[in-house]
Amino acid sequence: MVAYFSEIFYGLISLFQGMAITFKEFIKPPVTVSYPYETLPMCDRFRGHVELIENEDGKANCVVCGLCARACPSGCITLAGVKPEGEKKKVLTKYILDFTRCSLCGSCVESCNFNALEFSKEYNLASRRKEDFIFDLLGRLEDRNR
Amino acid sequence: MRLTLFNVVAAVIIAIAFAAVNAAYLVWAERRGAARIQRRPGPNINGPFGLLQPPLDGIKLMAKQLTIPGGADKVLFIAAPVLAMFPAIMSFVTIPFSENIVAKNMNVGVLMIFAFAALGSTSLLFAGWSSRNKYAMMASIRAVSQTVAYEIPMLITTITVVMIAGSMDLMEIVHQQSGSFLHWNIFPLLGKSHNILMPLSFLIFFTCTLAETNRSPFDLGEAESELVAGFHTEYGSMGFGLFFMAEYANIVIGSCMTTILFLGGWGCPFGLFPGVWWFILKLYLLIATFIWIRWTFPRTTIYGLLNLSWKILIPLSLFNLLLTAGLLKVF
Repeated sequence: MVAYFSEIFYGLISLFQGMAITFKEFIKPPVTVSYPYETLPMCDRFRGHVELIENEDGKANCVVCGLCARACPSGCITLAGVKPEGEKKKVLTKYILDFTRCSLCGSCVESCNFNALEFSKEYNLASRRKEDFIFDLLGRLEDRNR
Repeated sequence: MRLTLFNVVAAVIIAIAFAAVNAAYLVWAERRGAARIQRRPGPNINGPFGLLQPPLDGIKLMAKQLTIPGGADKVLFIAAPVLAMFPAIMSFVTIPFSENIVAKNMNVGVLMIFAFAALGSTSLLFAGWSSRNKYAMMASIRAVSQTVAYEIPMLITTITVVMIAGSMDLMEIVHQQSGSFLHWNIFPLLGKSHNILMPLSFLIFFTCTLAETNRSPFDLGEAESELVAGFHTEYGSMGFGLFFMAEYANIVIGSCMTTILFLGGWGCPFGLFPGVWWFILKLYLLIATFIWIRWTFPRTTIYGLLNLSWKILIPLSLFNLLLTAGLLKVF
């Protein structure tokens, strides 16, 4: 008999405790961000597609050694360069990333010895056309500096 | 007031409009309240604070096709949502919102409202049976067993209040509680019965209202995780819309009844300026509590639900009935 009434009593108290918790949450402000209208900064270790790093002159750091292309397990990277007369280093003329095959493993970034590649923070990638995912990274670099 | 055709039509239109507007905007309030409790904004795109969401939802529902599943009982299938909405609107006829705002006061108002409330569960049974869908059938059986189980403590608690007031007239019940909040039936220190266990009766009545309207945590009739969508699984379009509206209209009626029976109707807590505004305030506070409870507690099991009714609510309400009867004889 005592157990019967104490169960009712403590059950009732626990119900009110639960309601107090939801009431406290009710008066706090929302923690979500309404996505298309406002966005949060992307976290540091996010892996977007790779992007070329530029030096002080706004040119790519890349010296066209081709290690990234060789490190890529899926063969996404195609790059080309020329060596102008009298220069020590090669200059990049073409850097194509086929993002349709990229698995974001990061081998290219790891293999680069010249601090020329990094992960971008881009995540809004959607398209109906395959061609939209074949990125001309050199062109993107020039667009950024324009 | 003379009963003319104009009065009747006006009363019907007002009752339907009141039920429909309440149903539409309680959905909005429910979604906003749920969102606040879960720390998110809720519907806020359509109109200021998302206030245009309910009419747009209504338009969307009306634009959809009403499909009747093969092998369904067509007549019952179409009749069920109408039968769900009809008692909800009918009950508004006798509810007094204040001294003057009442469509038709009857001296058996309590009886009429409970009679129509009982009719509501028939529509659930019709909907489940005529859908020819095993989940809908199971859900309607659950909902009806739940309604039957919870009608008993609810009626016993109502008898307690009717005994104190000595009348089944809702107006009379409110008049008897006029004065201050100490005259209210929830804590009647200055009232007729002086029964300090009346808060318990209030809790029992409120719990039964939750269960009668198939609200969480007693929403076994539409347990989404087990029974698809419950008794209205096969309903789309405005058939579903009517069930949805009936649910919210029933919540309004349940809260109206709680206000009238326990919270002094349109009386002010301190005896000042009694009027319809107090009724509306109490009504919407109770409805807010309904929403608050829904987003606090998880759904019970069917065993827990029936145990609560038969082992706890019915014995306690019977005890309180006897105690009140004794106290009324003493004082």
